Amino acid sequence: MALLQITEPGESTAPHQHRLAIGIDLGTTNSLVATVRSGMAGVLNDQQGRTLLPSVVRYHPEGGVTVGFEAQSVQSRDPKNTIVSAKRFMGRSRRDIAHIETMPYDFVDGEGMVRLRTVQGDKSPVEVSAEILRTLCRRAEDSLGGELTGAVITVPAYFDDAQRQATKDAARLAGLHVLRLLNEPTAAAIAYGLDNGAEGIYAVYDLGGGTFDISVLRLSKGVFEVMSTGGDSALGGDDFDQRVFCWIIEQARLAPLSPYDARLLLTRAREAKEYLTYHGEAPITVKLGSGEYVDLALTTEIFSCITQTLVQKTMAPVRRALRDAGLRPDAVKGVVMVGGATRMPQIQCAVAEFFGREPLTNLDPDRVVALGAAIQANLLAGNRAADDDWLLLDVIPLSLGLETMGGLVEKVISRNSTIPVARAQEFTTFKDGQTAMAIHVVQGERELVSSCRSLARFELRGIPPMVAGAARIRVAFQVDADGLLSVSASEQTTGVEARIEVKPSYGLSDDEIAAMLKDGYNHAGDDAQHRALKEVQVEAQRLIEAVSSALGADAHLLDAMERARIDTGIDALRVTAISDDRRAIEAAIDALSRDTAEFAARRMDQSVRQALSGRNITEISS
Amino acid sequence: MSEATSSSQWLQQDFFTLFGLHRIYALNMDDLDSRYRGIQARVHPDRHAHLSDAERRVAMQWATHVNEAYQTLRSPSHRALYLLQLAGRPMALEDNTAMSAEFLMIQMEWREAVDEARHAHDIDGLDSLHRRLVREIKGRQAELGHALDAPDYDQAEESLRRLMFEEKLLQEIDRAIEAVEA
Repeated sequence: MALLQITEPGESTAPHQHRLAIGIDLGTTNSLVATVRSGMAGVLNDQQGRTLLPSVVRYHPEGGVTVGFEAQSVQSRDPKNTIVSAKRFMGRSRRDIAHIETMPYDFVDGEGMVRLRTVQGDKSPVEVSAEILRTLCRRAEDSLGGELTGAVITVPAYFDDAQRQATKDAARLAGLHVLRLLNEPTAAAIAYGLDNGAEGIYAVYDLGGGTFDISVLRLSKGVFEVMSTGGDSALGGDDFDQRVFCWIIEQARLAPLSPYDARLLLTRAREAKEYLTYHGEAPITVKLGSGEYVDLALTTEIFSCITQTLVQKTMAPVRRALRDAGLRPDAVKGVVMVGGATRMPQIQCAVAEFFGREPLTNLDPDRVVALGAAIQANLLAGNRAADDDWLLLDVIPLSLGLETMGGLVEKVISRNSTIPVARAQEFTTFKDGQTAMAIHVVQGERELVSSCRSLARFELRGIPPMVAGAARIRVAFQVDADGLLSVSASEQTTGVEARIEVKPSYGLSDDEIAAMLKDGYNHAGDDAQHRALKEVQVEAQRLIEAVSSALGADAHLLDAMERARIDTGIDALRVTAISDDRRAIEAAIDALSRDTAEFAARRMDQSVRQALSGRNITEISS
Repeated sequence: MSEATSSSQWLQQDFFTLFGLHRIYALNMDDLDSRYRGIQARVHPDRHAHLSDAERRVAMQWATHVNEAYQTLRSPSHRALYLLQLAGRPMALEDNTAMSAEFLMIQMEWREAVDEARHAHDIDGLDSLHRRLVREIKGRQAELGHALDAPDYDQAEESLRRLMFEEKLLQEIDRAIEAVEA
């Protein structure tokens, strides 16, 4: 297809070095990291040769933190300080969390989201996740032997803004440069689609440990276009464990459990579920700390019976996603299964029955997401190979809106809009002389504000006094390529502009993150100042490289004076960048960025013109 | 800086010109899709992630704009609204006075049927209403297209009003299906 065979706008004329970039699947139960080496995506193992890192973090009484198998193996012994499934708590308050009463943690209400009380103090789920990311990042640096340019981190497609922002915060806390937040089913589709040269409509059914996603994509000539997505960000394999857990308690008539016993039984429940995937019956024998014995057998029939409603619960979002895409089940050419929980035969049957075809199982449901993320990371880092001409067009999963009179929601951007997307809505004052307006941003599909998730509240002040209805307040929403929202509001009629920019933030302020980062460095014996300086120097180098290669390709778009100014800016930055004056380097970066803005705009115009040239103006059909 | 980036003449042009298309209703959708993808393949932020801030900002602005243009042209009713606006006849959406009594009557009958099926939790019934309405809508779009490209703007406005009524009804059916399924 000619239109995709293009040279990259920023393609360096000089052969550039391979930048190290990774994809991270930050899962509820397990996490893993992958990268692209010599054109091949592969997972990175730890020193013991293990791919999966259990998403378990233990805070030790004597200080220090362990992550992974070691933490997992003691989770029953030290349940309060050993955090599993932290992903379920990301961007969530206490009342959002299902089965909270059966969890062995001491939850504490915190600003924006819950905290978990540990022997090392109250930990936010963001901090717990950052420990997992840090571990994976170290693993990658060790095995790749160099510094990472950045990472693509996957999130459930149905994660809302709060959960996405929390994930990005965790990465910042771990010192990772986030190239992109990528939706898990989309990542799987990329890995599957590129590997199999797939064309047509595909569905990705992704049942992870704690989240469920369904995405419908159109794969056409290297373009991965998400048509619709749906899901349930609080439904996953954990819930199946929970059902088994409750069944055990009921069958064995157990008294209320200690945290230790609860953890132990939950682990046994999970093991029984996994055993059933390959056997007809799973024995469950446990000796509890209370002295009680459990000796039961869980059959496939009983398991199917107690989890049937969960399986059915996944089908409603599937039907909705198809409806949103305007498709019938038989239009789907293949169903890609992702997430460990899709190994359950019940799930496979339900999916096969609904779509009228066997789901695709020729890929590893545990790895495919990380592999897709690695492929995307490689591309975003600028390691584009000649045959890498694919493009991803993703959507937002939930509608975004504003509160209006009577607690009703006015939708501004509807779900399944392709990102990046921006939309503005105008409002007016309802009282004479009104100088401020409250703006409440919500996310969700319901008509009542109280049934949607509140993302941000802010006030636009300094509106010049006018009669009611005369002011024109424009509220603009912008969702970026990570699916993250920013909102601004301004008064349009007067020259005096009241303006505010809001990035909803959840629980962790920039200051808090800065403080935690500093703590982290002190721990590691690293120097925060030094690290910050190095980051800025790398940024300077990257900018010089980018601008130089742009000049190499498109200098003809500049007149002599413009060219001279940019050259001067590059020289100035080059000189400053080797100094250790961080402020000066930042200033030089800003100056060069400013001076190249117009150049960037012209380059883009030229690129678009080229995209359309060679096409006849219009082909008309009736 | 945003002043500098918005100096692009392309971003000021109407959506048809942006895609190199004639300003008509009867677009070839496959052609529109392929033009959209061709442009998005160049402007999308993923293509510029490794470049300077300035380039990433331009990419974001462009990709957002191209998405808006595409969504507007892809949707029959939005495309029609946009064409009327370009023709200097912006339509006031709140104004329903032009609806004929006969049309409103039919709408009420539809609504009653939807309500009935919803209360009876009749998924199949809602499904068949959905399918019937989609057929109606297709017919309405054809009628709208003829009027717009004739051009007969009075007729186009009338058809568009009806179409938007019907689209709203379709959304209600979808919501009813969702409610029954939940």
